[in-house]
Amino acid sequence: MNIQGENKSRNNLIGLLPLWIVMGVFMIGPLIVMAFVSIMESNSYGGIHLKFDLSGYRQILFDTNLFDEMEFNPAYLIIIGRSFLLAVAATIISLIIGFPVAYYISRQKDSVKNILIFLVTIPFWTNLLIRTFAWIIILGKDGVIENSFGFIGIIDDDDSLNLMYTNTAILIGLVYSYIPLMVLPIYSSMEKLDVRLIEAASDLYSTRINLIFKIILPLTLPGIIGGSILVFVPCLGAFIAPDLLGGGKKLLLGSLIQFQFAYARNWPFGAAIAMVLLALIVTILYLNARVNRRHEQNA
Amino acid sequence: MKISKTNAIEVQNVTKVYGSGESSVKALDNANLIIYDNEFFTLLGPSGCGKTTLLRLIAGFEDITNGRINLFNEELISLPPNKRPVNTVFQQYALFPHLNVFENVAFGLRRLDKDNDFVIKRSNEVLELVQMQDYAFRRPNQLSGGQQQRIALARALAPEPKVLLLDEPLSALDLKLRQAMRVELKTLQKETGITFVFVTHDQEEALTMSDRIAVINQGSIQQIGNPEEIYEKPSNQFVANFIGEANLILGKCEKTGINGICKLQTGHKISINIPDKFNKGDNLTIFIRPERIKINKSKGSSLSQIQEFTYLGNAAHIELLSNGVSVNATLPIDKVKNFKKGDKIEIEFPKSFAQIINT
Repeated sequence: MNIQGENKSRNNLIGLLPLWIVMGVFMIGPLIVMAFVSIMESNSYGGIHLKFDLSGYRQILFDTNLFDEMEFNPAYLIIIGRSFLLAVAATIISLIIGFPVAYYISRQKDSVKNILIFLVTIPFWTNLLIRTFAWIIILGKDGVIENSFGFIGIIDDDDSLNLMYTNTAILIGLVYSYIPLMVLPIYSSMEKLDVRLIEAASDLYSTRINLIFKIILPLTLPGIIGGSILVFVPCLGAFIAPDLLGGGKKLLLGSLIQFQFAYARNWPFGAAIAMVLLALIVTILYLNARVNRRHEQNA
Repeated sequence: MKISKTNAIEVQNVTKVYGSGESSVKALDNANLIIYDNEFFTLLGPSGCGKTTLLRLIAGFEDITNGRINLFNEELISLPPNKRPVNTVFQQYALFPHLNVFENVAFGLRRLDKDNDFVIKRSNEVLELVQMQDYAFRRPNQLSGGQQQRIALARALAPEPKVLLLDEPLSALDLKLRQAMRVELKTLQKETGITFVFVTHDQEEALTMSDRIAVINQGSIQQIGNPEEIYEKPSNQFVANFIGEANLILGKCEKTGINGICKLQTGHKISINIPDKFNKGDNLTIFIRPERIKINKSKGSSLSQIQEFTYLGNAAHIELLSNGVSVNATLPIDKVKNFKKGDKIEIEFPKSFAQIINT
């Protein structure tokens, strides 16, 4: 490499320094700390002993019984599975609701579009905790839903729908929390959709259903995938909705991790679960990137 | 060439207004025309004249404000675009980027629920017709503009539409390709026997390809006729100016009738057919194409002087000033060899090519 080239690459390094600092301090650093914590011995007062120990990871799958023997313990796998299923369900429901919403918004006049997009983002202006509390009032015993159902006579006044503290309640909370993250990317890829393609398709005898499944859906696939990841990832680690609306009865990954750090004082175990969660997400992102790349090559 | 006189499309009193209230724009104003079956019909006009609007009304992409459109004697406007047996070739092709060439072409047939064997057979047939059979499994973005053009054409032809609508399909191609495609399109139309409705702002394109042309300006149809009629006998000054070059010279009527006489502002007195509806002393506008003007060497007191002499290879373009009025003439190169800028010359307006034109 010639001198000029060296200068250039040095300049590039200096120019990228702020990025490296931000990435290092806020992303890579904490990750290393987490990974480090996960392979240390736990200290029962919180924190860690500086001693290498893989019991954090072992604990995910195995328990030690009274005779000091290792015993397979599926409890945490069930939690991971349940979290995964709930996150998948929340993502699918968000997609089913979010796709038509994004489609509807993208078909409006520009002035109306801006207002609608603004409305979609409004929930972000309030704290998630407070918004989730609001759902307790809506779903809870003698809440908005039960009262109005009672009022129109669908249920008796004394009956309860028992909506709270169920997987349904958690699901509602998750979908509510993250659906804007589904709507926005789909909307943005719909905006890029050339209306002439829709005209061409209807000119070529496409019904409305054909239009959606043969043209709009395939062409907005990048937005759909992006939105699904944005919803799926935080749902997998969510703990506010599961705690408040699920009542912590059915533990999910997010709550489990939070519990290990805050109450059980088993930091290595919490960190180990977090690392597993991270591995799960990275795998999914990697698979998606591969699918996306193929999609781009085709498009 | 024989054109069967079945009416393919009847446009009756069609008006299209965009928007409402004060901001409304009249894109088409009471348009009437008939397009015959098996015809290459061109809608010609400057941009924004309403020609594309008319095409989109036929295709069904716009709602009609007023009037009626019939397709083979059946009312068309109540049908959505997907129920109309017409197909469109779009200006920027609008090929589906997520489908390969074959699936693009097969798209219409598949939506019509044709059986798979037929879809494959017919798609390959039209791909062959546009000479793109080797590209069936490419993606549209792997094709050049001209190739995409052919696929757009194949896609629209595959379902065998009763009428093919073409919205300035050649405007995105470079000159050489455009000229080649003109011939191909014309051939294709004759081969398939499908009625083509072709929208363009390029008068040369319209003249070379069309069986008949409708010239449109500001939402109203100015003239309908075959290329020769449009060029030789324009119905008004807009048509005369828009198609080719025109000399429009003011004059005064001195005598009406077949051997009428008109005194032009150029100072010439010409013999011309002046209908009896005009009176002596009326102001007239005389239209004559530059290539119809004849010039001779000056014999003394000449009225005209050459202002500008442009060499065009096979011809020369001469700008004259005659009695203060500018006149353009285009002449074969051997007729102008001895002239140069500043020369005084005689000009002549042959009776058979000069005509009175409406404003």
